[in-house]
Amino acid sequence: MSVTGFQSGSRRSAFATAALDRRRLVDRVMQALLVLAIAIAIVPLIAVLGYVLAKGIPGLRITLFTKLPRPVDLGGGGMANSMIGSLIMVGLASVLGVLIGVGGGIYLAEYGHGRLAAAIRFFADVLSGIPSITVGLFVYVLLVVPLHSFSALAGAVALAILMLPLVMRTTEEMMRLVPETLREASLALGVPRWRTIVSVVLPAALEGIITGTLLAIARVAGETAPLLFTAFGNEFWQRSLLKPIDAVPLRVFKYAIGPYDVWHKLAQAGALVLILFVLVLGVAARWIAGRRRLSER
Amino acid sequence: MAENESVMINEQEARLNTPALRVGQFASQAAVAAPAEATAAKMQVKNLNFYYGTFRALEDISLEIPERQILAIIGPSGCGKSTFLRTLNRMQDLVPGARVEGQVLLNGEDIYAPDVDPVAVRTHVGMVFQRPNPFPKSIYDNVAFGPRLHRRCKGKALDDLVEQSLRAAALWDEVKDKLHRSAFALSGGQQQRLCIARALAMEPDVLLMDEPASALDPIATLKIEELMLELAQRYTIVIVTHNMQQAARVAHRTAFFMVNERRAGFLVECDTTATIFTAPKDKRTEEYITGRFG
Repeated sequence: MSVTGFQSGSRRSAFATAALDRRRLVDRVMQALLVLAIAIAIVPLIAVLGYVLAKGIPGLRITLFTKLPRPVDLGGGGMANSMIGSLIMVGLASVLGVLIGVGGGIYLAEYGHGRLAAAIRFFADVLSGIPSITVGLFVYVLLVVPLHSFSALAGAVALAILMLPLVMRTTEEMMRLVPETLREASLALGVPRWRTIVSVVLPAALEGIITGTLLAIARVAGETAPLLFTAFGNEFWQRSLLKPIDAVPLRVFKYAIGPYDVWHKLAQAGALVLILFVLVLGVAARWIAGRRRLSER
Repeated sequence: MAENESVMINEQEARLNTPALRVGQFASQAAVAAPAEATAAKMQVKNLNFYYGTFRALEDISLEIPERQILAIIGPSGCGKSTFLRTLNRMQDLVPGARVEGQVLLNGEDIYAPDVDPVAVRTHVGMVFQRPNPFPKSIYDNVAFGPRLHRRCKGKALDDLVEQSLRAAALWDEVKDKLHRSAFALSGGQQQRLCIARALAMEPDVLLMDEPASALDPIATLKIEELMLELAQRYTIVIVTHNMQQAARVAHRTAFFMVNERRAGFLVECDTTATIFTAPKDKRTEEYITGRFG
């Protein structure tokens, strides 16, 4: 056994040649570049969070959640009506989006083999890329014009359309992840197809579907553009689903581009509330997803 | 813990040496208690052809499955053993483009008759798969799943049925204190016995087993084989296996399948296990058994 072969042509050890030195250098440079990329990517995120926190916290008073908007010389009031309006529209949109989205996702995953399913899948992907203001305009023509009024209903429908592709594709993906052997196990017990889907596949995919749905809700909760021509905004309480209603993003939009300092302060507080809402949903989604991984162990 | 295990292994070894399970002994000879001869056919397969689209995967298969015995199906890979097994409870219907010609009689009734609902067939012909596939539910809910959905029983009666099924699958003593724990907490062999209990809870006429031990270690395999011999006193069992020793150990009758030049599976011969392994009528069977191909 001789090791001279390794050392021929060099006085250094075979494990420390010039070529290896160069590789190590390239490796370091590449790593540094990747770290730089992630740093650049994360800077805006932290900057936005920090800025909204810093600017929003001073305006975060209890009146923000309890009072209606008031004239600027009376302190500007709060945005209680906007928050309720947002809750109504996001809630209604979630019901619509989840019912139709989960239903469509189940169809695609369990029955979708033909051309129809391929077409639906394609249009869902296109739909998720459509600018949200286009959806707003579409619902304007679809609901606002025939009903002669901006309304919470129109706003909710616009948000639901934005949620739909996300919920549908997540549901499909999650149902496809359920092993075929589980379906077979149920079918072999003489359980009909639909019952198998409801009692075996759906429960197995449920946590993933909930996670995806929460993320979809978080995504539309902050949408402004689709509400401009549908919910329109309102300075007062609105009980009817068929009349114009306010929403937090609309209020933030209006105040942020307005000329008064009081408005700016309120807009920043409103933006903070929105971010916190989205953050809570995001954390909830992560928690549910994490629980799922744990239970699989 | 370790001590426990070694005790268990010793026990297993002891059982290995019991005559019923020693390699080379045939179940049909050893298990005298089982009515090996002259029982009625539970299922009859008559001129069965199976197609995927235009491709014929099974060619003209006819055989009888005697009641309360174990029929093993052996043969080289790709000879349609699993496909054949799955035609017996119409699981193969689920494959797009699947088509069946011929008859499969269960208690004299054709399960492929036009007015027969495949879902109903599967309540009479249970199935255990290659890999244990318990539902992500508790042990209890796994066994109760079928009876519950068919509204067979509930409450105390369901509890009794679950216990009875787990006992029949030789799993009760191991799980009776943790019925409401996740089925995934069980070992592979236990999971497979749970799947057997789940199938038994539907009180099927026939139990199909598709290589039920191929994903298990030797000790778990042995347990499953013991269990099958026990179940054969009450149930009709058809098992597909790659393991010829396994067929020799458990089966009363053995069917040998091969694949022909058109890539279709066909039955070479079906006889008592002793005959197939010691004096097969067909030369191809002998060649396969002695390991000259396959």
